[in-house]
Amino acid sequence: MPSFSEQRLPFEAPIYEMELRLGEMETQYAKNRAVGDTSKIGEQIRRLRRELAALKREIYSQLDSWQTVQVSRHQQRPQTRDYLDLVFEQFLELHGDRAIGDDKAIVTGLAHLDDMKVMFIGHQKGKNLAERTACHFGCAHPEGYRKALLKMRFAAKFGLPIISFIDTPGAYPGISAEERGQAAIIAESLMEMSQIRTPIVCVVIGEGGSGGALGIGIGDRLGMLEHTYYSVISPEGCASILWKGSEHAPKAAAALKFTSRDLLRFGITDEIIPEPSGGAHRDHREAASNLKSFLLRNLRELKGVPLDDLVDRRYEKYRKIGAFVESIAAAELLDEPQLNGKAETMV
Amino acid sequence: MAKIGGDSLNSWHGHSELKRVPEGVWMRCDGCSATLFRKQVDQNDKVCPECNHHFPVTAVERINQLLDQDTYEDWFSNLQPADPLQFDDRRPYPERVKAEQERTGLNEAALVGQGFIKGIRIVFGITDSNFIMGSMGSVVGEKLTRAVEAATRQKLPLVIVSGSGGGARMHEGIFSLMQMAKISTALGRYRREGGLFISVLTHPTMGGVAASFASLGDIIVAEPKALVGFAGPRVIEQTVRVQLPQGFQTSEFLLEHGFIDRIVHRRDLRSMIAQLIDYAMP
Repeated sequence: MPSFSEQRLPFEAPIYEMELRLGEMETQYAKNRAVGDTSKIGEQIRRLRRELAALKREIYSQLDSWQTVQVSRHQQRPQTRDYLDLVFEQFLELHGDRAIGDDKAIVTGLAHLDDMKVMFIGHQKGKNLAERTACHFGCAHPEGYRKALLKMRFAAKFGLPIISFIDTPGAYPGISAEERGQAAIIAESLMEMSQIRTPIVCVVIGEGGSGGALGIGIGDRLGMLEHTYYSVISPEGCASILWKGSEHAPKAAAALKFTSRDLLRFGITDEIIPEPSGGAHRDHREAASNLKSFLLRNLRELKGVPLDDLVDRRYEKYRKIGAFVESIAAAELLDEPQLNGKAETMV
Repeated sequence: MAKIGGDSLNSWHGHSELKRVPEGVWMRCDGCSATLFRKQVDQNDKVCPECNHHFPVTAVERINQLLDQDTYEDWFSNLQPADPLQFDDRRPYPERVKAEQERTGLNEAALVGQGFIKGIRIVFGITDSNFIMGSMGSVVGEKLTRAVEAATRQKLPLVIVSGSGGGARMHEGIFSLMQMAKISTALGRYRREGGLFISVLTHPTMGGVAASFASLGDIIVAEPKALVGFAGPRVIEQTVRVQLPQGFQTSEFLLEHGFIDRIVHRRDLRSMIAQLIDYAMP
């Protein structure tokens, strides 16, 4: 049952209304039961529960882009550290970046996933204000990416597969981040992850915010939880540039076509990982369980692939991404004497 | 690989007719506010003779400045942007592209090809900050990736001159973001195979371009006072709510913080690149 400290999204109002009604009925039921009357009300409760489940399914099966953004940012949505408890065992956190400091926006360490030993990398946003401030709301600094790279090198050296959870509004835009080379470290991360000789499985668990997401996002498989987005720019950023005001973010969100369904259609994401009815924030355990089966299945598939093939396939995975038109160049045709006469019409 | 027209840039379709509005005989320097004789600036590689302010140059002008005369051969100019998102802000994306093509005489924001620099054969790429702010969509990503692959196959040095205020292009959404991954992946292979990549940063090089190929050179040089960084200054100001320090995100700032190797005056760029390649050649 929701408490008042929970974040309520506007489009979920009918759900909360029905939950409130159901709660009242259940209270009444308990009272009646105490005096031995269990008749009609029990049947009404069962019916309302069915209606509630249907309502959640209905609302959540047709979220628009902006609603998806809101769900992906939901304050009760499970984060990396929740999944570390629910999906993995014996998480052994490793902090050092050997250069600047410990960036709490990226968590790294060793863990067990069932019978498999893995290296874990993930953004952490934080739950309360103190945590969020410490984590910079999931916006990593260069030291976070450097830490992740070091741990990935360790993983490759000792044959551990890498699991990377993406949940960031973007890499931190700040003075110190620029002084420490935000652009350079993200670039190095892309290049190094593309070459690393161990399987990498990436999952967008919340927000996939541009370069900050991609910086730990190169891998052999990309999964996205159902109600997440992955974008070249935040909807607010896009709106303020193209629509001259961040209040137009819903419009930008629609235009950017960045939900898990869009990205599956574009062939960018490999798989959508289903969320519990009404979103991951309503049932952390079920979300974790779906996530775990996705990870296990993909890691088992990748484990058998020889490392040379793995890196070659990863190359091809990114190589083929792009939407452009390749026309027959006029000049190319002119180079071929037999086509000279047709060149004009074929441009 | 498509070879465009003859050997000379002048016969190469489109680019010879760069549409530039003829401005007056005199111009004002953005750096020192001096009134300058335009022709003198042009003859000085578009650098202010008074204060050394580097004015922007087009991709074609840059090719003429850097490469041996008439040696540039343009590749893949038959690649045209598509509109995978059917993106429409206040103007449909294809219309925007068309207008930019007409305005600049370029097909897209990047040119790639091969040429010679002081007699050394290289693969060359450049982004033109004039075309949708030099931003990187699928065509820019694909052209640069093919250039990197050609350099890998032919074991040639690679020089890319970046000028992109726009970073990854919003109008192509996730496809633009993934071009960062695509080029970096190709550069990873090129590096593994022992290729030499010289990255030249010019004003401005920001966002997804800075956070991918532009930062991956074996050697990275920059023109003086170029704006180079990840997040735009306005975004940073809004986030941290303090005045940004003087000279923040300039070439000099990057040199100071260890992220580039040298700042090179435009007139020295050509010989500097040739010299660097010479050191790396057997």
